[in-house]
Amino acid sequence: MNHSIRNSWMAAVAMFALLFGAISYVQVIGANDLNDNPWNQRAVLANYCNDRGAIIVGGKPIAESVAGDETCKYQRSYAQPELYAGITGYFSRTYGSTGLEQQLRDELAGSSDQLFLDRVSQIFLGSQPKGASVELTLDPAIQKLAYDLIPDGQRGSIVVTNPKTGAIIAMVSKPSYDPNLIATHDPAKEQASYNQLNQVPGINLNQSVSGPTGALLAPGSVFKLVDTAAALSSGKYNKDSVLPNPDSLPLPGSTASLPNYAGGDCSVRSTADFPFALEQSCNTPFASIALDLGQKAIADQAAKFGFGQDFGDQLKLQSAISVFPKDLDQAELAQSAVGQRDVKATPLQIAMMTAAIANHGVQMKPNLIKTVRAPDLRVISEPKAETLRTSTTPEIASQITEWMTDVVSKGIASGAAVPGIQVAGKTGTAQLGDTGLNNSWFTGFAPANDPQVAVTIVMENVDVLTGAKLTSPNAKKIFEAVLNK
Amino acid sequence: MIHAITAPSPRRNVELALLVLALAVGIGASAMVGLNSPAAFDSDFWFQSSLLVVAALAFHIVLRLRAKYADPIMLPIVVALNGLGLALIHRMDQPGEDTGNNQLRWTILAMGVAIVAIWLLKDHRLLRRFTFISLAASAILLVLPLVPGISAGEVLGASVWIRLGSMTFQPGEIAKITLAIFFAGYLSSNRDLILLAGRKIGPMQFPRFKDLGPMVTAWLVSIGILVFQRDLGTSLLFFGLFIVMIYVATSRISWVVIGLVLIVGGGFLAAKFFSHVAFRLDSWLNAFTPEVFDRSPGGSGQIVQGLFGMADGGLVGTGLGQGRPDLVPFANSDMIVALIGEELGLIGLFAVVLLYMLLFTRGFRTALGARDAFGKLLACGLSFAIAIQCFVVIGGVTRLIPLTGLTTPFLAAGGSSLLANWIIVGLLLMISHTARGPVDTTPITHAPTEAVTTA
Repeated sequence: MNHSIRNSWMAAVAMFALLFGAISYVQVIGANDLNDNPWNQRAVLANYCNDRGAIIVGGKPIAESVAGDETCKYQRSYAQPELYAGITGYFSRTYGSTGLEQQLRDELAGSSDQLFLDRVSQIFLGSQPKGASVELTLDPAIQKLAYDLIPDGQRGSIVVTNPKTGAIIAMVSKPSYDPNLIATHDPAKEQASYNQLNQVPGINLNQSVSGPTGALLAPGSVFKLVDTAAALSSGKYNKDSVLPNPDSLPLPGSTASLPNYAGGDCSVRSTADFPFALEQSCNTPFASIALDLGQKAIADQAAKFGFGQDFGDQLKLQSAISVFPKDLDQAELAQSAVGQRDVKATPLQIAMMTAAIANHGVQMKPNLIKTVRAPDLRVISEPKAETLRTSTTPEIASQITEWMTDVVSKGIASGAAVPGIQVAGKTGTAQLGDTGLNNSWFTGFAPANDPQVAVTIVMENVDVLTGAKLTSPNAKKIFEAVLNK
Repeated sequence: MIHAITAPSPRRNVELALLVLALAVGIGASAMVGLNSPAAFDSDFWFQSSLLVVAALAFHIVLRLRAKYADPIMLPIVVALNGLGLALIHRMDQPGEDTGNNQLRWTILAMGVAIVAIWLLKDHRLLRRFTFISLAASAILLVLPLVPGISAGEVLGASVWIRLGSMTFQPGEIAKITLAIFFAGYLSSNRDLILLAGRKIGPMQFPRFKDLGPMVTAWLVSIGILVFQRDLGTSLLFFGLFIVMIYVATSRISWVVIGLVLIVGGGFLAAKFFSHVAFRLDSWLNAFTPEVFDRSPGGSGQIVQGLFGMADGGLVGTGLGQGRPDLVPFANSDMIVALIGEELGLIGLFAVVLLYMLLFTRGFRTALGARDAFGKLLACGLSFAIAIQCFVVIGGVTRLIPLTGLTTPFLAAGGSSLLANWIIVGLLLMISHTARGPVDTTPITHAPTEAVTTA
């Protein structure tokens, strides 16, 4: 019996060896990841009452720590809260933090490695810890303009970028909310506001991403830019290719068919070249291209534009990953090629695709941070423009640009035209089931020969007429505002 | 087999010295909690400390008088764990809450019951005569929580509580002991039969079908607890206990194999047919998915918050009273291990786990030294029960295995658990007294027919 008693003891010791391993894993190896987890409130609580650095736009703080009450020395406060909520996020005792408040917590709290010496001197001087302040690339006037272009009660997002540097000029979405309500020191108010805001459709405070970086939407016809790039880079198509343009394309292996949009001019020709197909946004030519090239070619090109990829390390905002689905049958591939079915893109992804076309096929890392400064105003970091990936060749990019200028000058995006300036653009209308409602898109850039600004607009759940009014004409206003600066 | 005979030595002074150390741990922890909270060194601190000292010394004196050859290390270990638990539970008490003092009352009661058991019983072999009474008692204890009128209903998803006046009690904790006594009695009487009969298939000797009886019973009891009381942890604990005791009785690895097959089979069926088991599995595997995190009930929020706390504690911990265990649901009971990890760090938690390892190792040592099969089986079963209980709890909190509701012995808030575990320690001390003492050749009173078998 003693032999088996010893064996049982060894079994028990083996179980305990596993426990020692598990404890070491949680408390040492995995500890950093757990401490950085956005659900972890401990870091927020640890510096909740400290003087955090400000987030600055155009020289003025949009988030800063002001004098608090008796429970806490400092209180987080947001100026123009709704305008910037999607970027700043909130800083709350109970609900943790989101947005830049979360992603830049080390800098704002003053605990980043670059601020080590400041922390040491704070210990010796006995002063309150103070974080670094962060200045953003946003232009306050453009941000305000873009925000006001989305009517109240309308769900939508607008992203304005500099395609050459990746700097984000404006990024807004509605509905928005007031982060001050959740940053209050009054726990009862905080909880009530949180629960109330979470009821609003389009706001999900729980999610770490929302708005332009979080909404995964059917891109509709703007996805045809991916098909076009794939077609040209395959070598099987060139600028003079003649594409089949039937009114309706029977979907292989199914009884359904894919129609062209009934309202436009597509039906006047049974074949089309690229300029016509893009100008009128016909569906069947692009579905044919996809069926011809096959799924891999489209998926690869989508990935080169950023589908299924992340946006690099400069954005400092968490972002949802856009999707081009895998394992499609032919019918599904045809529908996916026109941005329907399970193709899903964030507004930022479409902005990145357009910026790559504008920038000779090179996609720059999106960037929100202009400078990070220590409390003594010394610059601790100043991100430079960095290449993220090559999306296509300069030749293909300039060919697509040429066709996109036609879409604005002669085609269905004419509302975006700016007098005296060449604008490149593409619209999209993604049907949402049988509701009769769409996601209405515009994406484009200007001037076409030397792009200074790219604009992407999406309005969700609108009818065709409302969508047309809220996308191209609004893009024009933003182009004018940026270029006239 | 050669027995090296050394002169028996009581070593009670060693115990006393270690006991002083153990009390220093518990009282020191209370003092640190006091230093780090607004109500420093209130009357509670002095009351709790002096009661703990008195109880520990009383226990020590009883051992000197009635079981002077008992293992000298177990009592100090348990006093240290219990003292630390008291400090931590007291630390978690919000104004108006009385969990700390309640735990103190239960500690005194549990130590009292263990003392009385040692005093009255004196020799563990007497328990062998209660083999089948223990079986009956186990059955009654396990069914009690399902009896209308006594049952406290479903508490936090499990129906394992009964109501006694204003108190609640978990009879399953006591059943752990009675079942171990039954199995030790049954197996020590029938092991030859189980050992010799059976068919050999390949390298493995399989038991006869009729000898599978206890194993099948054990399996059914465990599944019954899982299904009717929704208590995954206890179910695992009982089954582990049975497997080990049968294995030790027979030395046949085939029993372990059959046991593991039954566990895996039962677990698979349970995960398929019972939502509470499926939820536990899902919360374990997908703890960091938002839907699982937010799900209520059955979400992973509790375990994830515990992990956050432990990660924050890191190597050296935040210091007692300096962490934020209020963010972890049930930090003073189910999740007390996470609280230790947060405030005492990896070093503190390792120390605690090492104490448990030392405790069950002394238990197995007792089993090795015991001179009767019943004592060997009982000591081994009870020691393994402590080990498996710690494994299930700490493994659950650290996300090594799915989290199940079991208490951390001696640390976690909960009266039934304290009572049961102190009785277990009392039994182990009694067995170690006969194991380490001089060979007693006189037959024990009232049991003249008892043959003392040597293994």
